Amino acid sequence: MPDLGSYSVYVLSAYAVSLSLLVLLVLSTLRQSAQVRAELAVIEARREDRREARTNG
Amino acid sequence: MSIWEYANPVRFMRTSAVILPWVAVACLICLVVGLGWGFFFTPDDFRQGSTVKIIYLHVPAAMMAINIWAMMLITSLIWVVRRHHVSVLAAKAAAPIGAVMTVIALATGAIWGQPIWGTWWEWDPRLTAFLILFLFYLGYIALWAAIDNPDTAADLTSILCLVGSVFAVISRYALNFWNQGLHQGASLSLDAEENISDVFWLPLVICLVGFGLLFVTLLLVRTRTEIRARRLMALKLRERVS
Repeated sequence: MPDLGSYSVYVLSAYAVSLSLLVLLVLSTLRQSAQVRAELAVIEARREDRREARTNG
Repeated sequence: MSIWEYANPVRFMRTSAVILPWVAVACLICLVVGLGWGFFFTPDDFRQGSTVKIIYLHVPAAMMAINIWAMMLITSLIWVVRRHHVSVLAAKAAAPIGAVMTVIALATGAIWGQPIWGTWWEWDPRLTAFLILFLFYLGYIALWAAIDNPDTAADLTSILCLVGSVFAVISRYALNFWNQGLHQGASLSLDAEENISDVFWLPLVICLVGFGLLFVTLLLVRTRTEIRARRLMALKLRERVS
């Protein structure tokens, strides 16, 4: 850890705030992506089942 | 091959799936190297002490906040002129990233300003323009959320994007326009005398590349999500009708 002297509170809080916001942004992006993918998979599977049922008679 | 081929969602999904892992890895490497180098291995500034280490977050975030709005402006104009859905979905996907970059720039600026200027905030032209840019980001996101019809939302948010561009330009060039205020000039300049010291320059450039790649990575993931969400909406509608 470098010696940040009397400004350590400022420097560390700037890094803590920024990195926390970036991590939150990445996590929310991945969560939203997973959620939409899961919903789409369910609806596409349902569509496929209906199509198969129609083909089989 | 034309760039407009990527306006086809299927083609965009296929190409972005190949690019995404490479960009994500390059982004991670640049951010770890740039921020690690800047934080652990650069000396203190003779005037600003260790607060100079905030530059590796503040400058890239501020540059991205303005550049993301510029990207949104271009993609919105493409929507207005050529009606390509992927283009306007990319603008929609970029807005939350731009808003977070603006918050980081404002927060790190305030934290840096307190020990160096003696104040957290000043109604300086550049700072004020940046705050207004942040409000435009919030307005843009809120407008998308408020309108049910996606094409109407795309039209109205494109107009908002055009208006907000004035503040994106002002936040970049406020110092040149008014020549006053607390905020210093550009940290990176082609003029060697105005540029920051060499010892801070290289890690800063790596951080800039890292933030740029982070934006591209998140933009690709979020645009792919928006395309999937659009398909999901269409399929749900079709199910309801049948």
